[in-house]
Amino acid sequence: MDYRTPLSRAKGLGSAKGGTSHWWMQRVTAVLLIPLSFWLINFLGLSLTAPYQQTAAWLASPLNTVCIVMWIIAVFYHAALGLQVVIEDYVAAEGPKIISIWVVHLVFLFLAIAAMLAVFRVASIG
Amino acid sequence: MAEFTLPKNSVLIEGKTFKAPASATNIRRFEVYRWDPESGENPRIDIFELDMDSCGPMVLDAILKIKNEIDSSLTFRRSCREGVCGSCAMTVNGKNTLACTKAIASYPDTIKIYPLPHLQVIKDLVPDMTHFYAQYASIKPWIETQTPPPADSERLQSKEDRAKLDGLYDCVLCACCSTSCPSYWWNSERYLGPAVLLQAYRWLVDSRDENTGERLDELEDPFKLYRCHTIMNCTDTCPKGLNPAKAIAETKKMLVQRKLG
Repeated sequence: MDYRTPLSRAKGLGSAKGGTSHWWMQRVTAVLLIPLSFWLINFLGLSLTAPYQQTAAWLASPLNTVCIVMWIIAVFYHAALGLQVVIEDYVAAEGPKIISIWVVHLVFLFLAIAAMLAVFRVASIG
Repeated sequence: MAEFTLPKNSVLIEGKTFKAPASATNIRRFEVYRWDPESGENPRIDIFELDMDSCGPMVLDAILKIKNEIDSSLTFRRSCREGVCGSCAMTVNGKNTLACTKAIASYPDTIKIYPLPHLQVIKDLVPDMTHFYAQYASIKPWIETQTPPPADSERLQSKEDRAKLDGLYDCVLCACCSTSCPSYWWNSERYLGPAVLLQAYRWLVDSRDENTGERLDELEDPFKLYRCHTIMNCTDTCPKGLNPAKAIAETKKMLVQRKLG
């Protein structure tokens, strides 16, 4: 028998005093991805027909390097934030929830680093 | 983890059918959810055929007719019969509403009546509102001030500030919105839900309240507030025509403003 009052159960552990940055950054990255994704679609369209050397040279121009690095950061950050929300929504057990959120964050961090290193490699070595 | 199998008592069985009197010409069919948890049986759907010529115009009138004339064991909450008390909230043809303000004529054919979704059923159309009310109490839905009230008058409020409470104070806490929200279904033990968040916002924008910051502190939580993903089922279903989704969005804006503004 649980003798806790309904109010005690409703209040639980209280407020985490957080979540606003998460929510805000999800919106900021979403807005940022609109122009960046148009740029990326254009870039992918060009590189589909261009030879490798031309693509590498194009990627090495400062504006394009900055744009693709920003796209990589924004897209993986956005994806990690979004998947965290999905996990928080649907995974009720505390242990699996915390572990899967960290797995998601680490996987996307790994992918972002790998993608950026690939860009730097192509941009510097060609 | 998520439960992929439904409990035994979620399976509905066919119930009794009560035919309309032979003399009736204007017949409407009502399918009503019936369950007594103490009986050990599964919930059933009883079918009532009512003579509309001797029935009032609202869904609640039909339910009252059933209880008065056909089956007195039908259990439901009702009080004011005019959309002020919020007692008769139930799911009618798949949408949460107040039975007393919903006209039978607004539905084309058979009317299916179920209790509000995703709350424990006490009996028939009566759900357990304990947690919902406890969540309401948890946001301290009363004015909080340090300044004592003026000795010779009430706490004054401009007409403009009073107007900010329109669309908020009108909420009757029927729980139609909260129980229509999937986020509330999955995480109601921590997510406050649209009704309680609308009430919380009602105190955030009250010009006489002096605890806005503390109230925002209490709400700023990934589960209490940020489970809202703005799908707007709440606004769609509200039988009073209110907009809890907007109140929640405004609360989020206040938190961003506090952090970055």
